[in-house]
Amino acid sequence: MTDQAYNFAYLDEQTKRMIRRAILKGVAVPGYQVPFASREMPMPYGWGTGGVQVTAACLVPEDRLKVIDQGADDTTNAVSIRKFFQRTAGVAVTEATTAASIIQTRHRIPETPLHEGQILVYQVPIPEPLRFLEPRETETRKMHELEEYGLMHVKLYEDIARHGTIATSYAYPVKVEGRYVMDPSPIPKFDNPKLSDSPALQLFGAGREQRIYALPPYTQVVSLDFDDHPFDPSKAAHDCDLCGAAASYLDEVIIDDQGGRMFVCSDTDFCRGRREAGHVGALGVPLAEGGM
Amino acid sequence: MYVAVKGGERAIDNAHAWQAEERRGDPAVAELALAQIREQLALAVNRVMAEGSLYDPDLAALAIKQARGDLIEAIFLIRAYRTTLPRLGASRPVATAQMAVIRRISATFKDLPGGQVLGPTFDYTHRLLDFKLAAEGAPVPVAATAPASLADVPHVMAFLNRDGLIEAEPAGDASPPDLTREPMELPASRALRLQAITRGDEGFILALAYSTQRGYGRTHAFVGELRIGCVAVELDIPELGFPVEIGEVELSECETVNQFTGSKTEPPQFTRGYGLVFGQSERKAISMSLVDRSLRWKELGEDCTGAPAQDEEFVLMHADNIQATGFLEHIKLPHYVDFQSELELVRKLRAEVLAAQEAAQ
Repeated sequence: MTDQAYNFAYLDEQTKRMIRRAILKGVAVPGYQVPFASREMPMPYGWGTGGVQVTAACLVPEDRLKVIDQGADDTTNAVSIRKFFQRTAGVAVTEATTAASIIQTRHRIPETPLHEGQILVYQVPIPEPLRFLEPRETETRKMHELEEYGLMHVKLYEDIARHGTIATSYAYPVKVEGRYVMDPSPIPKFDNPKLSDSPALQLFGAGREQRIYALPPYTQVVSLDFDDHPFDPSKAAHDCDLCGAAASYLDEVIIDDQGGRMFVCSDTDFCRGRREAGHVGALGVPLAEGGM
Repeated sequence: MYVAVKGGERAIDNAHAWQAEERRGDPAVAELALAQIREQLALAVNRVMAEGSLYDPDLAALAIKQARGDLIEAIFLIRAYRTTLPRLGASRPVATAQMAVIRRISATFKDLPGGQVLGPTFDYTHRLLDFKLAAEGAPVPVAATAPASLADVPHVMAFLNRDGLIEAEPAGDASPPDLTREPMELPASRALRLQAITRGDEGFILALAYSTQRGYGRTHAFVGELRIGCVAVELDIPELGFPVEIGEVELSECETVNQFTGSKTEPPQFTRGYGLVFGQSERKAISMSLVDRSLRWKELGEDCTGAPAQDEEFVLMHADNIQATGFLEHIKLPHYVDFQSELELVRKLRAEVLAAQEAAQ
């Protein structure tokens, strides 16, 4: 049921048009951060206002929306954002990655491969990959203009010199089509390979920082590394205890006060799908028997 | 067995219901009416209107009630509501020289045309808790009145200007940029800076202004004039060909006179800082004018001493309390995924260090 007091998907059409222009510019220049006149949304900055504005500008009544936070459909903020669009746009929702036409995400890329026609919308806190090396926006924009990324390479090199490895585990910087260095949002670096050559359109919205950027389908995205220290998309050395998946990203869950813990898929839709297909992990029980 | 965050939806609904119950407080105590907030907590209403960038005392009172008195939360409610309002037009610049002043003081001249008007102020009250206010039903206080003057109240700065002692501020008719409709771009014009500061957090702007007084970018400011009162808001109606008054707003305006001994590009003269805020908000208006003056170092050819209040990007990017509180508080949202990746990294780094230590022994 739509809330009639507001326009479709909350924002007025002028605002949506302004956001769509920024998105189109972002698609035309992959990885470039397009400034846009971000609006104050009815949820706080930091809760995904950039992603919400991008989703609002993309939604049409025929869409089927999925919202995840930390890979899960039922985390509180994912529930809240999904409800917001059910209320203001009345669109259909789903938890199934394959059934969704738009997926808004915070901190993960779904395990199930995306397909053509889908849009993946990322919530971005700090869009500037160089921000923690240079706090001034006036400087970092110049560095992007001049393709001056030496500072980033020095930082990665210093990591290796000090720790023997690159000490960045999430929001791991990437280079887009050999041009712009881009922040992939705080996804674990395990997800970085999924950014590249994806059949889906990937859009990134940073509300507080007033930036939108994009990866059109089949864009080449390379995680920064060195020849002798190649990028390593590591994850916990476990299988999912519920579905047995060996290659999905895992959450570590503390289950008692004796140091006991279990590892489960962070992508809840992926995990449920595997269990419905009969896969059972070390601590799981077959779904047919009504277990967790 | 595995019990992660399931049932988020029910938890959210229950949390909202609990919040509503807490908002009402003890049901034996009468519920606050919006008119009571608007009339008796007017300075809180003013702050919400100023930082919410929306002049509507009734909505601000509603926001304060809904936010349980948390003014930043109330400002946030007003800002989110403001997003949904269409832009019908732009008013003509308000003429503050024609303000119906309730307060008008100058710290630089003992007397001046239009006179000093103290107005409703805390300035010379002794800050002693007034226990009589705790008893309800006191007689309605009545202040003495004088007949209002209908004459314009000229700005003090205009007198200095006649002697060429203060920098000229020529009128222009360029449309100022609109912070709420275009992304902030740096370096910013003075008009854009003033917009950002007038809706910026009162505490932040106050602290920055205070820091300039203590030597972090000193500007030698005097309050040339501080005035509070109502001004008419006029809109040009193209079909009519003349402006129509659509209402009035209460404003606090502060102009500082700053000593300036000259620079490579500018002769010795007094310079200006400017503050303009919705409602009776003089602390904010004075703070604003100090920060404005401090940020003008470049155009006046002054040296940058690296003080925070001289740093346009630092000031403008951190003045908005809705942006600040949102990003600050978002760290309480789930970060399991990022934390998990950090756990793996720290475990790996530790294992390598411990192995190296073992090998060394």
